[in-house]
Parts: sequence; structure tokens; C-alpha cells
Amino acid sequence: MNLVENFPALVVIVPLISAVLIPPAGRISKAFAWYIAVTASALSFAISGFLLNSVLKTGRISYWFGNWEPPWGIEYAVDYLNGFVLVVVSFIAFVVSVYAKKSVEDEIPENKITFFYSAYMLLVTGLLGIIITADIFNLYVFIEISSLSGYTLIASGRRKAALVASYNYLILGTVAATFILLGIGHLYMVTGTLNMADLAERLPQLYHSKVVLTAFAFFTVGLSLKLALFPLHIWMPNAYTYAPSAVSAILAATGTKVGAYALLRIMFTVFKLDFDIHVVPFTKIMLVLSSVAIIMGSVLAVAQTNIKRMLAYSSVGQIGYIVLGASLAGETAMAGSLLHILNHALMKGTLFLAVGAMVYRTGIEDISELRGMGRKMPLTMAAFTIGAFSMIGVPLTVGFVSKWYIALGALETGMWYFVPVILISSLLTAVYFWRIIENIYFKSAEHAGQVFEAPAGMLVPTLLMAGLCIFFGTAASLPVSVAQKAAKMLLAGVM
Amino acid sequence: MNMRVSIIRRVVSRIMIPFMQLFGLYVIMHGDSGPGGGFQGGVILGASIILYALSYGLDSARQRIAEKTSDILSSTGVFIYAAVGLVCMLIGGKYLQYNVLPIGEPHFASHIGILIIEIGVGITVAAVMITIFFETARKDERVEK
Repeated sequence: MNLVENFPALVVIVPLISAVLIPPAGRISKAFAWYIAVTASALSFAISGFLLNSVLKTGRISYWFGNWEPPWGIEYAVDYLNGFVLVVVSFIAFVVSVYAKKSVEDEIPENKITFFYSAYMLLVTGLLGIIITADIFNLYVFIEISSLSGYTLIASGRRKAALVASYNYLILGTVAATFILLGIGHLYMVTGTLNMADLAERLPQLYHSKVVLTAFAFFTVGLSLKLALFPLHIWMPNAYTYAPSAVSAILAATGTKVGAYALLRIMFTVFKLDFDIHVVPFTKIMLVLSSVAIIMGSVLAVAQTNIKRMLAYSSVGQIGYIVLGASLAGETAMAGSLLHILNHALMKGTLFLAVGAMVYRTGIEDISELRGMGRKMPLTMAAFTIGAFSMIGVPLTVGFVSKWYIALGALETGMWYFVPVILISSLLTAVYFWRIIENIYFKSAEHAGQVFEAPAGMLVPTLLMAGLCIFFGTAASLPVSVAQKAAKMLLAGVM
Repeated sequence: MNMRVSIIRRVVSRIMIPFMQLFGLYVIMHGDSGPGGGFQGGVILGASIILYALSYGLDSARQRIAEKTSDILSSTGVFIYAAVGLVCMLIGGKYLQYNVLPIGEPHFASHIGILIIEIGVGITVAAVMITIFFETARKDERVEK
């Protein structure tokens, strides 16, 4: 038996098996559900780390399902790009699963807890599957797995509004998935293949075919909806606001990132950069859309009074950064964009985990009621502050690193006019986070409260994420070197 | 729930249900060599239980197949699928590489491997169909009260 050789399959199979083991195990004892979820996500993270390490040492790994040779069989492939994203997503999934225990006990009815963890592991299965697969139909299947479990998880929020939010997301998510499937169908019609590498080889001769152009349009709209690119973000704020805290955290930190990964994969590997620039003005359209997203996301965030909704709008802006960096189509900017996938996952994860811990203790979601929280929950609020500084882009935090690379990339490609966009949005980010920081540290509480820090099960994951925001902000060389390799690979259009 | 279901419906469904289930099993077992398969067969099997519930009422249908049973069955099916893949892997093949299964020559082993997987799919689809039906029917009941 050669377990190591099967790691690319196992990274997806382990969470899948755990998802079906959880309901029967939960019937024996409710406690099992959480243990299985944590163990499985830890295993997935360990395997992802191993895969990235071996990619860095030996290059692209290809795995043939059922030993059917691609392009006939389904292929899983790990390269610099998805090895990197795989580690990020599986890490966040692990941290959030540890954190989930307390918050889920508080927010989910007791008889639904086992099913919650089962749906959570299915979501992780879907997300990791999207990242690792090298087959576009398989990609669609995993998009559906992650979306369906996402709708369930959002609907499990305490308030009635969670059902409406989930329903809206379901409608738009289904439109998105249908568009992606139509795109896949069109490509299959003209090429007869579903394997990404094979498609990349066959498509250039067909770049001016109307069928391929239609497919490209379907992919653009479908994937933009999935990653909530302005103005297709309307499903997101409500979904993040009303979902249980753990779900908001994992969706905000990984869900949209995986959408961004899928966009990069389709637009720069299946289609080549040449197509995006010369056949369809894709990069130009995306530059405009992402700049609008960056500014509008920040402006809308300033206007919010609910803290979770504010974080959701801030995500709209941050997704803009990822797309902007990619569409600048320069090596530095692309590396910045990939770094932002990691960095935004870390900082948004920190923020949502800290807010979740606060909601757990106090039930406060309104920004004006946060007065004096800095005294009541010093550690949680310290983590929140680190996350907030990262979002603004203060040096020595992760937010600075990726914004720096994207701005540098804009200058390198001669498109200096995107630098003010980044600056204005950073300023606006400072405005909307300052309101909170002012409330928590510089205004005294109406009632002099005692310290009631979050339970350790929630506090440790939150502080760990906050610590990583600083760590990768000061010692950025490891993620930067991987991101640069991945950027080089994406722009050259090789797999 | 309105229990005054006409006697005609009860008698007809009593005659039909065994044949539906037999046909469901046939479709599952022939999935690898003809039209049909685990999904289609599972839907037919699930539909037979739903027909029973429609003509004899939810409670007596739940006596036949308890919530616990259908919940566990919906996990079991996927688990069979995943486990067959794992066994192939443990024997030394790739995930779902049936032809390494130690049952006769590779061609025959592939045939059996796919059959087991179709059975797994059938079990899950049937169980999930039943669960969805009972969940929606139960909610209606609550609203009526």
C-alpha cells in the first residue's frame, strides 16, 4: 500500500468520510460529532501541508482517479497555486472547527448539532475538492457540494432572517452554478474534453469560435457571482450577518477565496492570458469592476451599524483586491493577489472569530453598544484590533504585505492610477474600523462590567489567527516565495 | 393528516408497491450493463415508500421505516461508496480502481466494484428521498395545528 501516493485523493476523501460518519456516531454520543470533525480537518490540513511541501520539492503532482489516464479519467493535480490555497483553506477549516464547539452549542438547537458538523465537513469537502481537481466537470460537482452545504449552514442561524438570507443565496448560487455548468457544456461541445490541461491545449485554435466566447461569458458571470464581486455581491452581507458565527468565519475566510481561485484557474490556466487580453478585454473589464468593488465595498462598510454586516461589506472590497491584483497581469501584482488569498483569510478569520466570541458572551452585534468592551474582553478585543490593523494595512501586519505587492505591481505595469484606489480604500477601512476601536477602548461602558473573557476553546483559535496575522506580516518570505512561483506559473499559462 | 384515504388507493398501492420495489432493485442491479443505475433505482425504491405513506398515513409508514433507520441508511450508502474506494487504495491501486479488487480477473472485479458502488448510491438516494418527503410532510402537519 502506498498511502503517500494517494494523498491527493485523501485530502478530499477524509472530510467526505467524516461527514457520513458523523450522523451515526452522533446517535451514539453527541460529543463524537465534534471530535470527528476536528480530527478529519486536522488530517486534511496535515495532508495539504505535505502535498505543498512535495510540490515545492518535486513539482506538479498528478493523481489519476481509478487509474484512468487523463484526459479520459478524472485527474487531481497539485501545483504551486492550488497547493498554496489548499493549505490556507484546510488550515482555516481546522481552526474554525476547533472554535466551533462552544459557539455551536450556544447557537444551534441541540438535536441539530450532529447535522451541523456533518454539513460543515461536507462544506470542507466541497471547498478542498474545488481547489484540487483538474477536471472542470468535477469542479462543478464540488461547487455544488460546497454551495448546498453552505446554504444549510447559513439557514441554521438563530434568527428567521437566516432562512431568507440562505434562500437568497440559494437562488443566486444556483444561477451561478448553472452558468458555470453552461460554460462547461459549451467548452465540452467544441473540444470534447473536460480535463483542464487538455482544454488549455485545445482551446487556442478555437479562441474566436462563438461557442468558446459564450462559454467564457458564462464562466465570468457565474464565477463572479460565486466570489461576490461587486455588483454581484448582494447575497453576501445577509448571509454573513445571519449565519452562525463559526459559519460566517469559515465562509468569509475561505468560501469566497475558493471562488477567486476557481476564477484564476479558469481565466489563466484553461484560458490563457493571451485570450484575456487580446480576444476579450477581460482584464480591462475586471480592473474597472474590481476598483469599483474596492471603493464601494469600503464605502458601504462605513455606512453599517451591525458589526458582522460591516465585515461582510469589507469582504466585498477585499475580494476586489484579489481580482485587481490578478487582472493587472504582472508578476508582482499577481503574487500580491495570491498572497491576499492567504492574508485576507487570516485577517477576516480573526475578525469573525473575535466577533463570534463577543456575540457568544454578550449577544452584542451593534457597533454603538461596544463601549468599554476593551476592558471586559481584553484578549478577544486585542485579536480584533490586530485583525483591524491588518485590514487597514498597517506595516508589520499581513494586510500591508499584500497591498504593498499589489501597489508595486500596479506601478510596474505602468497602471499607477490604481495606487490611489488602494490608498483611498485603506483610508476608508481605517474610518470604519476606527469607529469600533474608539468604542471598545476609548469610551467607558455604561455599566462598569467585570472581565468575562471568551472560553479557552474560542479564545485560543482567535489568538492563534491574530498571531499569524503578525507572523506572516513580519516573516513573509515563505508565503511570498510560494506566491511568486505560483504567479509566474499562472502568467505563463502552464499547469 | 387526513386518514380517510379511499380503499381503492390502499388496495392498488398494496398490489403495486412490491412490484415497484422489485423494479427498483432491478434498475440498481442493471446499472452497470444497461440503462438505469443507483440513482434511478434508488428513486424508485424511495417512491415506493412514499406511495405507502400517501395511502396509509405518515405514522404507519414511519413504523415500517423509522427516522433512525432512514438517517443511518443515508450515511451508509455514501460510506459504502467511499469504503470501496478506500479498499482499492489499501490493496495498492488508486482510489476507486476496482480492477485491483481480489475477486477474480480484473474485468470481473471492475464489474463487481461498480455494482457495489451502485448499491451504495441506491441506498443513499432511497433514504434521502424518504427523509425529504417525511420532513416536508411533517412541517405541513405542524402548520395545520
